[in-house]
Amino acid sequence: MDLSQYLEIFIDETKEHLQTLNDQVLIMEQDPNNSDTVNEIFRAAHSLKGMAGTMGFKRMQRLTHDLENVFSEIRNGKISVTPDIVDIVFKCLDALEGYLANIQESADEGTEDNEEIINLLNAALDGGSYSAPVSEPEAPAEEAPAAASASEDASSSKSSNGDKAKFHELALADFEVKAMKDAVANGMHVYGATVYIQETCILKAARAFLVFKGIESVGEVAKSEPSVQDIEDEKFDFDFSVFVISEKDIDQVEKVMSNVSEIQEVVIEEFNPDNAKIASSDAKTEEAEEEAPAVQEAPAEHAAAPAAKKEPEKKSTDTNKKKPVVNRSVRVDIEKLDDLMNLVSELIIAKNGLVSVSANEAGNHNQQFNEQIEYLERITTNLHESVMKVRMVPIESVVNRFPRMIRDISKKLNKEMELIMTGEETELDRTVIDEIGDPLMHMLRNAADHGLENTLDRIKLGKPRVGTIRLDAYQDGNNVTIEVSDDGKGVDAEKVKASAVKKGAITEEQAEKMSDKEAIDLLFRPAFSTAEKVSDLSGRGVGLDVVKSKIEGLGGDVEVSTVLGEGTTFTVRLPLTLAIIQALMVDIREEKYAIPLSSIVTVEDIPASEVKLVQNKEVINLRGNVIPLVRLSEELDFEPLDEEPESLVVVIVKKGDKQAGLVIDNLIGQQEIVIKPLGKYIYIHKMFSGATILGDGEVALILDTNTLL
Amino acid sequence: MAEVIESASVGEVKEYIVSRVGDEQYGIDISYVDNIVRMQSVTRVPKTQPYFIGVINLRGEIIPVMDLRKKLELEENELTSATRIIIIKPEQSALLGLLVDEVREVVSLAVEDIEDVQHDSNGEYNMYVTGVGKYKDTLISLINVAGIIDD
Repeated sequence: MDLSQYLEIFIDETKEHLQTLNDQVLIMEQDPNNSDTVNEIFRAAHSLKGMAGTMGFKRMQRLTHDLENVFSEIRNGKISVTPDIVDIVFKCLDALEGYLANIQESADEGTEDNEEIINLLNAALDGGSYSAPVSEPEAPAEEAPAAASASEDASSSKSSNGDKAKFHELALADFEVKAMKDAVANGMHVYGATVYIQETCILKAARAFLVFKGIESVGEVAKSEPSVQDIEDEKFDFDFSVFVISEKDIDQVEKVMSNVSEIQEVVIEEFNPDNAKIASSDAKTEEAEEEAPAVQEAPAEHAAAPAAKKEPEKKSTDTNKKKPVVNRSVRVDIEKLDDLMNLVSELIIAKNGLVSVSANEAGNHNQQFNEQIEYLERITTNLHESVMKVRMVPIESVVNRFPRMIRDISKKLNKEMELIMTGEETELDRTVIDEIGDPLMHMLRNAADHGLENTLDRIKLGKPRVGTIRLDAYQDGNNVTIEVSDDGKGVDAEKVKASAVKKGAITEEQAEKMSDKEAIDLLFRPAFSTAEKVSDLSGRGVGLDVVKSKIEGLGGDVEVSTVLGEGTTFTVRLPLTLAIIQALMVDIREEKYAIPLSSIVTVEDIPASEVKLVQNKEVINLRGNVIPLVRLSEELDFEPLDEEPESLVVVIVKKGDKQAGLVIDNLIGQQEIVIKPLGKYIYIHKMFSGATILGDGEVALILDTNTLL
Repeated sequence: MAEVIESASVGEVKEYIVSRVGDEQYGIDISYVDNIVRMQSVTRVPKTQPYFIGVINLRGEIIPVMDLRKKLELEENELTSATRIIIIKPEQSALLGLLVDEVREVVSLAVEDIEDVQHDSNGEYNMYVTGVGKYKDTLISLINVAGIIDD
């Protein structure tokens, strides 16, 4: 059988299992006696082995097999969890990830046998009391009982033969019975069948699908329980029942069903529709209800089954009971979503066009036209939001590898530290997610390597022995903020200045004038590192500047704040969406510009007389805050006006805790705009983040207010 | 070299769109040309190169427009009803508009009709022109598309 169509599922599920293993082994390291964790690890390892075997990846299967043996002994209490064992296990997981990477690239696991790790695993086993041979590459004999025990409950309930023809219990709807009776009247046969799939089967939905395909070659499926959809989604235990209408005799029908591999048993009988249980009839409701809970149980049992596709264990334990483990979802190529997004963008531009036509001809058309326009506006806005939501991915998929990374760094540097993460469920656009992993990883490494002191120093300073690194993510209006902070020594502004002077990045005079904050911002300059020692992890001077440019490339920004001796916080702000934003349209002289609404605080009318000069810069005092003024007409190279207007329209914008007042000439209004690139070849000053097409077809530039602060 | 009109029987023949910029004629290899549009509303882009007059919206795409007069350092002239924007496609998925005073005709030039000069009358190297084509009794400067976008 061609397995290539299952390769994608295999890769996705293997990733999940490896992530579960990584997560759970970290927990096990902290709490070796947690039997839930050990069981979960064992299950994940077992599934992994089965899947690798099914797909024919022998080396991967062998390595997982030995890994599973180790967990099996841990579970049985024969060997105890020591740091050495955890290290070997992590090595093994890395090797498995290596296999997976090969498979992803070339559909082949490669030729690395990882003998060394296998020997280490076996040595770990020998260290315990277990001494049975473990190096057989394949152990089908062991596999079966292990699987059986994993789903013991499920199998015991259906051991007796009489219960096996489960289809007798099915309640049928009137129309289904009628279809069967018609078929019988036409000389066809109706068969009831219950199909049992081997419990070691990994891709049972695929097997079930083959059974259905087989049936379709000899007849048709009149009814199936669970429904075909649920079976495709793997929402069933190891059996399902069908009613088949066919003109072939019973042996032929049975043959096509039982010919599918990994099918354990097919119980099939001729079925008389007159004996059917009618779902709607009162007399039968009791039994029908009995059936219902049995079906609902399936997802719960399913959670325990080895092949279950599940969320990381922490969550699944409390969500299991409420909703099925398997989400009903469709995998979609990201390019198709991009196309969809582009179409929505075009639709919004067309809608804006219509709105502007209707505004220009105000009064010329009737109420109904206006209502339809408003309706269209609502729909396009909702459509945009829906498409955006489809593209959103929780940052969990990026950050879930960090605990493991911090653990490794901790071992390597011999510093005690822990990573606390919150807000992993915060969602970001897929394109942002793909890019944000490296910058975050860099900041975490920085915190671990430069931020935190050595354990000894921490004790001397009277700080908690274990250093804390935090990663907090949350949504803030139209932005997502991710903070990476540590409780380490903080950044010494004087040291940064001295280092910058030494490297010739700034002069000594500049250094003297510089505020601490400005000095710390020097960290984001290229080729800058204050680490006195270059380590494996960081300090090579490539880093924070790359982090900054990457984040700015995504339309976000990054700031650092630090308190000497108490710690450092990096704050990354990212836009929720990259393509369509709400903006305030403004006039500056005869030109129109867009200012993203997300950066606007308020809009104020300020009498010209209230503009004051501080250090030769124009400022206003707004409710106690002194805010610098930026005259956009000057920034945009307009000639100054001969006469100052008496009152200024000032748009107050913010970036972090900084504010500025942008002087404009006129407000036009709020509008949903589509960000378009300005094309190649032309030089675009960084004060513009792009352009948009207005309702009347004209182009307006979008101001990036961050660069004006 | 004898004057050869229209398609020559010898060698390769290329088609050029001939446009007037000031008093001179410039030819653009037709394989680069995507479209020719009338003058339309142009949005100025502050702080950009001086020879870019701004950007236009062409069927939902934003395209920068270069003033060939300024690029070729010719005298400025007023826009007239004959002014056109030639949209060229120097690379896949990137368009550029060239502002010209008038678009005249399409001519076919054989390789022999093209003098391969990249130096102007003062002997200076001119990276914007690949050669001069002779057509009837006029000379057409052939624009080096790679040269004008390479700045």
